[in-house]
Amino acid sequence: MRLHLSPEDQAFRDEMRSFFTTQVPQSIRDAVAAHRELSKEQFVEAQRVLNAAGLAVPHWPVEWGGRDWTPLQRHIWREEMQLASVPEPLAFNASMIGPVIATFGSQEQKERFLPATANLDIWWCQGFSEPDAGSDLASLRTTAVRDGDDWVVNGQKTWTTLGQHADWIFCLVRTDPTAEKKQRGISLLLFPMDTPGVTLRPIELLDGGFEVNEVFFEDVRVPAENLVGEENHGWDYAKFLLGNERVGIARIGSTKRLLADAKEHARGITVNGAPLSEDPYMTARIAELENELLALELTALRVVANSAGGRPHPASSVLKLRGSELQQAATELLVDIAGPLSVASFAGEESDVPEWAQVSTPSYLNYRKVSIYGGSNEVQRTIIAGSILGL
Amino acid sequence: VEFSYDDEQNGLREAVSALLARAYGDSEQRRKVVASDPGFDEGTWSRLAEMGLLGLPFAESDGGMGAGPVEVSIVAEEIGRVLAPEPFVEAVVLAGGLVSDLGTDAQRAEVLGALAEGSLLPAFAHTEIGSRWEASARSVTATEDGGSWRLSGVKEPVPHGARADLLVVSALVDGATRLFLVRGDAEGLTRTGYRNHDGTRSAKVEFAGTPATPLGEAPSSPTHADQTAAIEKALARARVAYGHEALGAMETALTTTAEYLKTRKQFGVTLNKFQALTFRAADMYVSLELARSTVMWATLVVDADGDVRAAADRVRLQTSRASRHIGKEAIQLHGGIGVTAEYKVGHYTSRLTAIDHLLGDGDWALARLAASVNEHETVDPLA
Repeated sequence: MRLHLSPEDQAFRDEMRSFFTTQVPQSIRDAVAAHRELSKEQFVEAQRVLNAAGLAVPHWPVEWGGRDWTPLQRHIWREEMQLASVPEPLAFNASMIGPVIATFGSQEQKERFLPATANLDIWWCQGFSEPDAGSDLASLRTTAVRDGDDWVVNGQKTWTTLGQHADWIFCLVRTDPTAEKKQRGISLLLFPMDTPGVTLRPIELLDGGFEVNEVFFEDVRVPAENLVGEENHGWDYAKFLLGNERVGIARIGSTKRLLADAKEHARGITVNGAPLSEDPYMTARIAELENELLALELTALRVVANSAGGRPHPASSVLKLRGSELQQAATELLVDIAGPLSVASFAGEESDVPEWAQVSTPSYLNYRKVSIYGGSNEVQRTIIAGSILGL
Repeated sequence: VEFSYDDEQNGLREAVSALLARAYGDSEQRRKVVASDPGFDEGTWSRLAEMGLLGLPFAESDGGMGAGPVEVSIVAEEIGRVLAPEPFVEAVVLAGGLVSDLGTDAQRAEVLGALAEGSLLPAFAHTEIGSRWEASARSVTATEDGGSWRLSGVKEPVPHGARADLLVVSALVDGATRLFLVRGDAEGLTRTGYRNHDGTRSAKVEFAGTPATPLGEAPSSPTHADQTAAIEKALARARVAYGHEALGAMETALTTTAEYLKTRKQFGVTLNKFQALTFRAADMYVSLELARSTVMWATLVVDADGDVRAAADRVRLQTSRASRHIGKEAIQLHGGIGVTAEYKVGHYTSRLTAIDHLLGDGDWALARLAASVNEHETVDPLA
């Protein structure tokens, strides 16, 4: 039991903090801090800055750009990145398909994809959810039928985040419709988004943004060599991928930033002659959120210390569940601080309504997603009740 | 930052757990013990002393074991796990802690040595009716006459105040708060003990010109002599230790509830077939683990002598919320049996409710944290 970081970890933290706050373009960090939609170019530029410094994919195997850091160092890396409002390396590349290819892909796939994936030369999107396969992902119906040297894909995916920027898709497809267990007939295919027969329809979200898409496949021909690992073992890779997705999903650094912003904004609003930041109910609300966030951060530190062999600690479900709730609570707080200004969502630069207040409600509405994606909070409760409490 | 226990600490936990399992492995044993005064088992208290636990945090030169807050936290957690009614936090961490911090060499050797041996039970007489959770005294006064001190006024409720062999009493001297030692058999001392809802005991303690000895050197100049800050610090350490006691109790409340859901049948199936119930148990687990993280961290803050007051407030807030959540849900998920005295789970809720109110509840801690919320940009536990 020890409270403080070791001198080495303290130095590591300083190094990360200094890099993120000085080497990533300020304009990109400002855009993240202001909750503006980032352009594809901004995502790519930020990731390339990180990758050039060996900071894009530290959790990958060393031969593919990983850094062999301790779990605590990875935690520090991620938190400092969020605190500095640096866009994280694209999750679809860095956290999802990269580790899957590195672990289960062929040597040829590794060489072909991993360097380009780390550098965001290839932008990946996720072909997992379908209209009838959400939390019950294994019931997916998109099919791939073998025809000569190709797989022929037909069906539909949905909630494909940032698919409009994507060069390639990693896609769960049903390759054995006769398998006794629905999980057993699924494979993982990789193919370019400009393959004939792939069409994409953007879905507008409540915040007015276009973050997610539907993707349709009509007789899409995919070379057999683009299947990852073994045929009909795609579910194993999907589970591996989703486990990785859950790590870092608590977004503690990012919520810390939101609470700090909330305090700052509350100082600029006057209620009954005094700053809102001094209102007893407001200070209590913020203090309680800070305390809950502290508990979550300390839990994350406990979990990272006990995640052996790359397998997440069972309590990682707590991180997802509570992390999403606190992100939502923080965005809700900002709407409440904005008060009547919070309705002026699209007032624009000509308006006197400050940008943070304009984006507050769209962010709050957008953040309803965080308790739904990455395994909904109800799925996390099922995991806690089942695998931890044995219920 | 490191949250795992070493082999010696794990060994301590096993030993304490084994001792307490013999005493309170069956909840009926506890019921029997708390039914009569002093509300705990003198035999178990002696066995805790024999194991060295009652002198755990005190210097070896004072007759203690020289262990740290982590070891103390382990004992408190095991106490909470079986709801052992022995006043470990009250006597060792709080009353003993004050003597350890402020006592003269002679006082430390005499009081802490005897406490460690199990031959002297000290209690902190501080609370006064009409105020709550303050570190300073309110109405009990101390006056000096020719080098000897006498106390007047009433302290109530004083946990274990009737059984205590020695009272550590806070009193006003010219407006400053000072601590005094009063022997249980002192003249002019009237103690009326009673039972608390959680089975422990408290007392009304009346001082009528009762002879008392200043804790530490006698106060000369009141402005220099105020001991409020020292009381605040000792209270903070006790809040953290209570956090661990609550943690042990919350864990048992949850595991007992989960076990019940697996065995109790209604509508022809066990209750764990109902998602409405299992999801609530999952939420109890979330509350428990978040509280555990805060409490473990706070103990490390005590160990490092950091901002103990703030860390203790954070513990109070987090465990207050968690213990109310877990305590209430444990009863609800059990149904009617949870409200009975025959079954154990409700006693956990009762004890958790007592811990929540002895040294400051969640809202009280929140108000203190809220007062300083604008003094930092972010909370950094690793700073």
